Amino acid sequence: MTSVIVSSPYVAPGNTLKRLMIQVIIALLPGTLAYAWHFGPGVIVNIILAVLFALAFEAGILKLRAKPVMPHLTDFSAVVAAWLFALCLPMHSPWWLVLIGIGFTMVAGKHLYGGLGFNPFNPAMVGYVALLISFPREMTTWYLPGLVSGATLSLADTLAYTFGNADISQWDALSSATPLDQVKTAIGQNISISEIRSSPVFGEFGGKGWEWIAFWWFIGGLWLLLTRTIRWHIPVALLGGVLGMASLFYLVNPQIFASPLFHLLSGAVVIGAFFIATDPVTAATTNRGRIAYGLLIGLLIYVIRVWGGYPDGVAFAVLLANMCVPLIDYYTQPRVYGEK
Amino acid sequence: MFKLHHFHGGMHLDGHKAESLGSGLKQASLPERLLLPLKQHIGEYNKPLVDVGNRVLKGHMIAASSSLFCASVHAPTSGIISAIEDYPIAHPSGQSDICIVIDVDGKDEAAEPVIVDPRQLSANEMIDLICRAGIVGLGGAVFPTSPKLSRGKAQGIDTLIINGVECEPYITCDDILMRNQAAEVIRGTGYLQHILKPGKTLIAIEDNKPEAIAAMSKALVATPLASTEIISIPTIYPSGGEKQLIQILTGKQVPHGQLAFDIGLYCQNVGTCVAITRALEFDQPMISRVVTISGDNISEPGNWEVRLGTPISHLVELAGGYSHGTSGHLVMGGPMMGFSLSTDRIPIVKASNSIMVMLRETIPQAPGYHDECIRCSKCTEVCPAQLLPQQLYWHARAKAYESTQEFHLFDCIECGCCSAVCPSQIPLVQYYRAAKSEIRAAQKAQLKSDRARIRFEFREKRLLLKKQKDDERRRLKREALKKKHAKPGDAAALADPVQAALDRVKARKKSLQDDSQ
Repeated sequence: MTSVIVSSPYVAPGNTLKRLMIQVIIALLPGTLAYAWHFGPGVIVNIILAVLFALAFEAGILKLRAKPVMPHLTDFSAVVAAWLFALCLPMHSPWWLVLIGIGFTMVAGKHLYGGLGFNPFNPAMVGYVALLISFPREMTTWYLPGLVSGATLSLADTLAYTFGNADISQWDALSSATPLDQVKTAIGQNISISEIRSSPVFGEFGGKGWEWIAFWWFIGGLWLLLTRTIRWHIPVALLGGVLGMASLFYLVNPQIFASPLFHLLSGAVVIGAFFIATDPVTAATTNRGRIAYGLLIGLLIYVIRVWGGYPDGVAFAVLLANMCVPLIDYYTQPRVYGEK
Repeated sequence: MFKLHHFHGGMHLDGHKAESLGSGLKQASLPERLLLPLKQHIGEYNKPLVDVGNRVLKGHMIAASSSLFCASVHAPTSGIISAIEDYPIAHPSGQSDICIVIDVDGKDEAAEPVIVDPRQLSANEMIDLICRAGIVGLGGAVFPTSPKLSRGKAQGIDTLIINGVECEPYITCDDILMRNQAAEVIRGTGYLQHILKPGKTLIAIEDNKPEAIAAMSKALVATPLASTEIISIPTIYPSGGEKQLIQILTGKQVPHGQLAFDIGLYCQNVGTCVAITRALEFDQPMISRVVTISGDNISEPGNWEVRLGTPISHLVELAGGYSHGTSGHLVMGGPMMGFSLSTDRIPIVKASNSIMVMLRETIPQAPGYHDECIRCSKCTEVCPAQLLPQQLYWHARAKAYESTQEFHLFDCIECGCCSAVCPSQIPLVQYYRAAKSEIRAAQKAQLKSDRARIRFEFREKRLLLKKQKDDERRRLKREALKKKHAKPGDAAALADPVQAALDRVKARKKSLQDDSQ
């Protein structure tokens, strides 16, 4: 008998990195499709471009770092990061914008720290924030959902724009600030919330179209919870943080503070709660720590939205909370068996 | 209804118990030779009591030690001692150790037993007999039973827990033992009660063993014991771990740094109870045990009562041989906490509850490569010790051993749950075992160097004291001399030593003369 010496346990792995990542991709599908439904094929083009660039960067750097390429490429972690990054982009972005952002995501956000598992900051958010700061004009050119403008850009127009030989000004009529941005600008000009809400871009609760996308992110999030890909602590605490802050200020003065439901269903709160803040590598690891981490992000999102310089604050809030993770983890260690 | 509690984490695993339960308990035939390692327990080494060429009978003590934390070894059958030398033994490191080799003569001739009525024995006499029988805990820890009983008796036991949980997959030796030898388990429990005088006794069995529960209940009716209950507990790994079982049955946790005794609890495995019964009633030392042989590369999985020292290859033959060729994993123990064996020449020892013969493909884990930790904390969710395995891994990997202790490395019971759920397939427990042994080695080295330092410092101090004493003596002598010399008060005499000596002689002569007068 020749026996191979390996350490216990001798059970076939029930769980793999790849399976986790595939669960996340499945959960992203409904929200992504809803997003594309409301805003046109640009959303999908962004994702495909980002994923291709990300895989190329991942392979190149793994090669440079003399690491095995295929096992890492096929764990789909790069696909998930690229997908999340692409969802942060305006629905129509030039290819070079995607390239630069993905470069930041994969190189600065992930591999400069040692690759998967070693990055302290959410890579997709690193890439997005780098673009937001470096290319404010391109990053804030948003378009109206089909529900408002009656049409979205065709695939041909989208590709023409993305690959750089189309005149952007011809679609000026379709471009618009996001609902969050409009609220922020209006309040700056002393226009009350009720006046702003009469604008056609607003739906029942949040932005028209946007609120449905948030709903589908929520469905994807439930899938993640049901498959135990993520635990409830971070999403619940994060949504609780946003809702808590928004409710408090809404009760104080509903004319200058938007409703809690508006905050919940606009921008990136729901996708942030279920998909971005729950990135295990950069989130807190203890259950109590996850609650603290989620709450912190929720509070920061509201603070940045209402008093900060940007209309949405999910990316900044996540990055700031990432910084606090080692501290949170240290102080929220669970009670060990037998300890008083 | 007995109130049960929960412990943190744990896992529901595929039991794989049915494979080895179909054929009952069989007696294993005698092999040609038996290899008996000198040390089959936790504690001190035994010394051989026999020489090469001696003939031994079944039950003869062939190795023992004067240490209390020791369990003697007995000849499992009659035969000639043919060698006392190194052989590969069942150890995670794959090391060899000294074994007494018996060439079996096939007569199975037993030494004359000294039968006494156990009811006439005092508690201490029982502990003595258990000690002489070389009995160790058969639940996995192989801790010598007699010192454990002495300590339990001294500290006073409130609840005696008999562990028939057997939560690891594949292993069915305790199940089959309870089905076939329930009366002996119950009688052994009675002897433990006689020694420990517990307020109550709980016999815990996982609810996936209804036949064992039925057999034990029947035996308990036939031989009633005072305030003894058979408790069926839910099947969840690792409910058979001592600390987890205590929590399930009592809701209490063994406080950090203490033992079960300290909260009035005492746990013993059902197999140990049978061993105690045999030692007390039939004067039979520990020379055999029930072993499960199972896995997907063995033709006829089952349970055998095997003489200690039987090579695994002999047991494999009894079980119909390898079903898919002779390469794969040979594991002693269960799939969660067992360890790989390098060869089937290794003998069965007191700790061998199970031999698993697995196909290479069953465990697609490649040695050496694993993905990186993504901090998903699945390990934290299942950890029954409520640790943060991913933090422990981080520090263990970085060899930051002080930090591993801050994260309670030594509270890890090595149950394997964290490794089993890890999506990156990191052999977490292996990292912890390595860290633990590094820390223990460092502590040992530290202790040694501390002792050396203390010895050295003591020597330095002693030498310094001696020097001071000597200096002081010399100084006093010098002063005394000076005083003597100063007596004549003659500076010139002091200046001339010859004159001074002459003066001294003169003075002495004078004084002698004075004396004689």
